[in-house]
Amino acid sequence: MRNIWTLASREFKQYFISPAAYLVAAMLLVVLGIIFYTNVLGAIFNQFPPNTQVVLGPLVTLLLFTTPAITMRLLAEEQRQGTMELLLTAPVRDYELVVGKWLGGFLFMLSILAMTWLYPIFLNQIVDPGIDQGLMMSGYLGIALFTAALVAIGVAVSSLFSNQIAVFFTTLGVYLALWLVSLPTQAMGAAGGGLLRYLNLFDHFYTTFYQGAIDLSAVIYYLSVTALALFLGTMSIEIRRWR
Amino acid sequence: MIQVEELTKDYGLRRAIDGISFHADKREILGFLGPNGAGKTTTMRVLTGYMPPTAGKASVAGFDVVEQSLEVRRRVGYMPETVPLYPDMTVYEYLKFMADLRHLQNAEDNIDDVLELVHMEDRADGYIVNLSKGLRQRVGLAQALLHQPEVLILDEPTIGLDPAQIHEVRNLIQELGRERTVLLSTHILSEAQQVCDRVLIINRGRIVAEDSPENLQSRIAGSQRIKLKVLGESEGLENILRQVPGVQKVIVNHPGGYEFETTPGMDARPEVARAVVSAGYELAELYPLSLSLEDIFLQLTRDEPNAPEMADVDDFSSDQLDL
Repeated sequence: MRNIWTLASREFKQYFISPAAYLVAAMLLVVLGIIFYTNVLGAIFNQFPPNTQVVLGPLVTLLLFTTPAITMRLLAEEQRQGTMELLLTAPVRDYELVVGKWLGGFLFMLSILAMTWLYPIFLNQIVDPGIDQGLMMSGYLGIALFTAALVAIGVAVSSLFSNQIAVFFTTLGVYLALWLVSLPTQAMGAAGGGLLRYLNLFDHFYTTFYQGAIDLSAVIYYLSVTALALFLGTMSIEIRRWR
Repeated sequence: MIQVEELTKDYGLRRAIDGISFHADKREILGFLGPNGAGKTTTMRVLTGYMPPTAGKASVAGFDVVEQSLEVRRRVGYMPETVPLYPDMTVYEYLKFMADLRHLQNAEDNIDDVLELVHMEDRADGYIVNLSKGLRQRVGLAQALLHQPEVLILDEPTIGLDPAQIHEVRNLIQELGRERTVLLSTHILSEAQQVCDRVLIINRGRIVAEDSPENLQSRIAGSQRIKLKVLGESEGLENILRQVPGVQKVIVNHPGGYEFETTPGMDARPEVARAVVSAGYELAELYPLSLSLEDIFLQLTRDEPNAPEMADVDDFSSDQLDL
């Protein structure tokens, strides 16, 4: 546990001295702001009160593109820099390394998400009698779980390469595959279609947390994806040793 | 402290180390000597728990490197050839991070101690990115010493340093070797000769010789090689030299300059001097050339059948997919 925290806190601090991390965070907040503005205008024009969904919807899509940029360096940079040899010969277990990296990246993503809270708070001020607090809370809980899974997948992919650009595009590819996996649902029949829908990383969010419902099976789904990705990342480090 | 038996490591089809066995005792400085690609780095990586061997057994400080890897890693200080540093951290932050990973109780004291040992107290708050090669090497050494390890494994500790720094690092290693076991690799023979208590010569994954530097030298240098120089006229001197008892293999380097070997156990120098002077030549120089470790090394590695072209195995990351 202690090693995980040592690794995570170093990683977390590292983001705050990295211009790339600031750039990614700034981009996410600016683009989210623009979409938020047009969504609120649209809601006013169509005469319905906007709720937290005007933030959550675009946030999910933006996370798809920003998370790989945050996670790509986690293990790949250690490979490139040669510091992997330092970590793998220190008295640290392989899973501690992977989980520590994940936790560092996850905490940074949580700090970005905390900043997007600005928009629901603002919305609460301009909408009478205020926004649905339950929807906001369940939405953000869902976003946090969704991000945990995204970061874990990012760490696992990062363990495969020493080139960060390769990690970025592969991670993005995995996310897109987990999004588009339910497209051929119709062609697969009832059972196959159900399985594909279950695999979809995004549906679990849209059908539950996004609607204001905290669904236990969705919570378990995201926690399982996170655990599985971290397990695969650990395996990948172990295989690297044996080669 | 280090016990290695029949250790073998393959990279795919290529055998990097081939059934090597050796041991290192407490308070011994063991030198690992060999050309690039001989398997030095691979052996060290197995001993530090970085990668498991394909076959064979190795233990460090009484713990098996595969079964009890974490115990081994707790007791070993390792400095890889390319010193692994985080350029965007300060020296202090870096050492603190490593101290935390090793759960050191008095991290601050330990850091102050090692910084003093490598003479870098005044650079503690400097960023690693701004350090010269020599200073980075010292930070790497500080990192390896942080937890006062029983066993110190140093891969090419003096590579890329200037002569003054090399001297300093060698002295430091000798000092450290008084209390702990040191295994260091080098391809510089004079370094092994100066620093090590015992030398292992490794070539193409096999140990070709193992002894103290002095014994290795005397083992090969049973006969002495002597250099002779006369001033002015030197015609006919070669024949005179050949007639002196105990002189073998006379070589003429240039007019007036000769080299010859003596029969083992005989010092032919007084006889040679007398012969040269009494024949009327002007003797200018007469001194023994001792065979250096360099000659021994070449002699030992030359006997091997022609080595196939060796890929550089030092770079572990080069095998991986690089898009």
